[in-house]
Amino acid sequence: MTLLSILGVLSSAIFSGTSLLYTTLGEIIDQRSGIVNLGLEGVMLVSASAGFAVTAISGNPYLGMLVSVIAGGLMNLILGFLVVSRRANQLASGLALMFFGFGLSAWIGRPYVGAKIRGLPRLPLPGLSNLPVLYSSLFKFDLLIYLVIPVAILVWWLLFRTRWGLGLRAVGENADTAFASGRNPLLIRYQALFAGGLLAGLGAAHLSIAYTMNWTEYMTAGRGFIAVALVIFSKWNPIRAIVGALLFSGAVAFQLLLQSSGIQISPFLLDTIPYILTILVLIIWGGTRKHAAPASLGRVYQGTE
Amino acid sequence: MLTTPPSASQTPPMISMREISKSFPGVVANDRIDFDIFRSEIHALLGENGAGKSTLMKILYGFYRADSGRIFLDGKPVSIQSPNDARALQIGMVFQDFTLIPAFSVAENIALFLPDLSTVVNLRDVSRWIEEMSTRYGLRVNPHAMVNELSIGEQQKVEILKLILSDSRLLILDEPTRVLAPHEVDALFEVLYSMRQDGYAIILITHKIKEVLECADRITVLHNGCVAGSLVRSNASEDKLVEMMFGRKLSGLKTGKKVAREETALPILELHDVYTHGEGAETKLEEIDLKVYPGEIVGIAGVSGNGQRELGDVVLGVIKCVKGTKHLFGKDVTNSSIQKLRRSLVSFIPENPLTMAAAPYLTVLENMAVTKTWHYALRGGLAMDWQAIKTDIENTMERLGFSFSLNIPARSLSGGNLQRMIIVRELTHDPRLIIASYLTRGLDVQSTIAARQALIQARDDGAGVLLISEDLEELFLLSDRLIVLYGGRIVGSFKPDETNFYEVGHLMTGSEVQDAANA
Repeated sequence: MTLLSILGVLSSAIFSGTSLLYTTLGEIIDQRSGIVNLGLEGVMLVSASAGFAVTAISGNPYLGMLVSVIAGGLMNLILGFLVVSRRANQLASGLALMFFGFGLSAWIGRPYVGAKIRGLPRLPLPGLSNLPVLYSSLFKFDLLIYLVIPVAILVWWLLFRTRWGLGLRAVGENADTAFASGRNPLLIRYQALFAGGLLAGLGAAHLSIAYTMNWTEYMTAGRGFIAVALVIFSKWNPIRAIVGALLFSGAVAFQLLLQSSGIQISPFLLDTIPYILTILVLIIWGGTRKHAAPASLGRVYQGTE
Repeated sequence: MLTTPPSASQTPPMISMREISKSFPGVVANDRIDFDIFRSEIHALLGENGAGKSTLMKILYGFYRADSGRIFLDGKPVSIQSPNDARALQIGMVFQDFTLIPAFSVAENIALFLPDLSTVVNLRDVSRWIEEMSTRYGLRVNPHAMVNELSIGEQQKVEILKLILSDSRLLILDEPTRVLAPHEVDALFEVLYSMRQDGYAIILITHKIKEVLECADRITVLHNGCVAGSLVRSNASEDKLVEMMFGRKLSGLKTGKKVAREETALPILELHDVYTHGEGAETKLEEIDLKVYPGEIVGIAGVSGNGQRELGDVVLGVIKCVKGTKHLFGKDVTNSSIQKLRRSLVSFIPENPLTMAAAPYLTVLENMAVTKTWHYALRGGLAMDWQAIKTDIENTMERLGFSFSLNIPARSLSGGNLQRMIIVRELTHDPRLIIASYLTRGLDVQSTIAARQALIQARDDGAGVLLISEDLEELFLLSDRLIVLYGGRIVGSFKPDETNFYEVGHLMTGSEVQDAANA
């Protein structure tokens, strides 16, 4: 294993981990307000296809990114209407949203399969420009990658240091208490879902406009669900989510490297490495009661009479 | 005795509630109630459980909306549609079921209710305000502690601090003294007196007549959702209030003869040199030697947080002993499961029924069955004998004189009814050992007598009872033997007639007995 291949793993982990991290951050906001969003997969697909389509039409990746983000927010608001206003079951609504997203994104993306776009420009890391091209090309990142850790810190700050975040977490713990403190739990849950949707949209934008720069049906390949797992993995903490997303996508990149190195293990088994890692971490981190799930996660807020 | 009661004729009321009515499915909780609150007064709202006190106050706080009726602030009609509206009118309320968020720190919980909280929350400032207020009023609490690590007594302090800091001018306290030790109650009343001096209006929802007579300026009594009367303290007497509350005189408690137990009998429960780990916020128990004989009530006195909860838990097996042994009827049960103990007819009434003994979303009937599923299982557990459960429960309810619906979710019961539900469940199967924590919390006078009577009955039938309480009066009344816990150790063991409130009170607070003698 050469230095180059290790750096290759790292670079690919960063590229594929970014969309995962944005989406995870979005889901952390959703869940901190008490809503499990299982529809993320569908939200991401609609965002990714809409963003890609707009980029292909306009030739402007930033416009595509904006559309992607707004699409994410709107998709989550559909879930909001179901689970907040209509008090529907969150898990069922989430799955319905996902399948809706599958179909809608396939329809949006259909004319653009195989289209070529100019994706988000990649800027070299300062100080690495005098390395050999083979190395420095591994570390030319786009804007969304540079922004992801600041955004994670911003989300942490919003949740744990602002009045809005305090109210949002209170709704996720006990909506009655939040109501008694003079807040509107329904409005806060809508806000949380919209903000979470914007972030999932950013993750989707990175996937289709910056990373792969193409559109294929079901291109998210389970990222929406991995994000839900990463929320638990990170114990609902945005800072831990950085580590979780990197670790997970690192494991994916590592097993791809193993496969290409001609190792005598079935690729199907190698595929499971990231998930085995996830299970191991859940085993090790499970059992401690501190930083457990928001107390009213998944529960419908009935309001008062 | 501190100040003269304000006279209603001189100043107009701060808040007037007029003709307030509110129905829930099947009950009329409030029926055309008129209620006035003046500035600088402590107004007690007295009534038995279900009389409509909490409902009326939740309407004032905007938690419920009245079906009809009007509310006036300084003579002007106001509309209170939500707690937000109420708080804007400087009305604050401490609920009976605490509204603290267990996963938040004390400071975060209080920050949540601060009206002028800045967009970016500075918890350091909030902590400083908390510390200032808690020293000023003697409500000591660590602002950085997580609420789930606090005892119920400490949580109460946080609730009161929350109200003080949230700038309310009218404070509604729903049974605030329920969980406080005697000296803490006095301290609370001191807080209330000084707040009254500053012009605060305070409404005290309670069913404790003694407290009402001690600290209220004016008393309004509710009975079956209607006002039974409103009077100033100087016109009130214990008998008069009891009559207004219940519409008749009450029968007293028959404590029975305290039979001297036989020293030779095999103890039901024997703890020998028990130590526990003291994980997290638990108090570490040390060197606990305790025997409970058949036919005796052993009272455990102590201020909340000194190991009573842990003692109950260790007996049932919720907490493991790290050292020492536990014997039940002479058999070693040190490491036995809770199910095995329950099958050996051990009953447990924990300190907080909603979180520790009930599944809120199951029906009352289902809750009644959960601790005895093996008993009611049919066809190897493929079915349950619901009829038998119902019959057993109804027999016990009749015996205790309690009544509540069996087919509604447990969470919709009031605090008092929830406590009744747990008492009925735990006393149904002729238990041999009863661990009862805060048995009568949330119960009105009538139900308190019934619950105590049931405990005495069980004792007379030969059961052993471990009665954990902070209510010294209750402990002295019921106990055949009294044990004092302080800092997780047994610091005193008495026969109730060989000691007095002062001695026990001082042991409870950790001061020396000599001091008590000098006091």
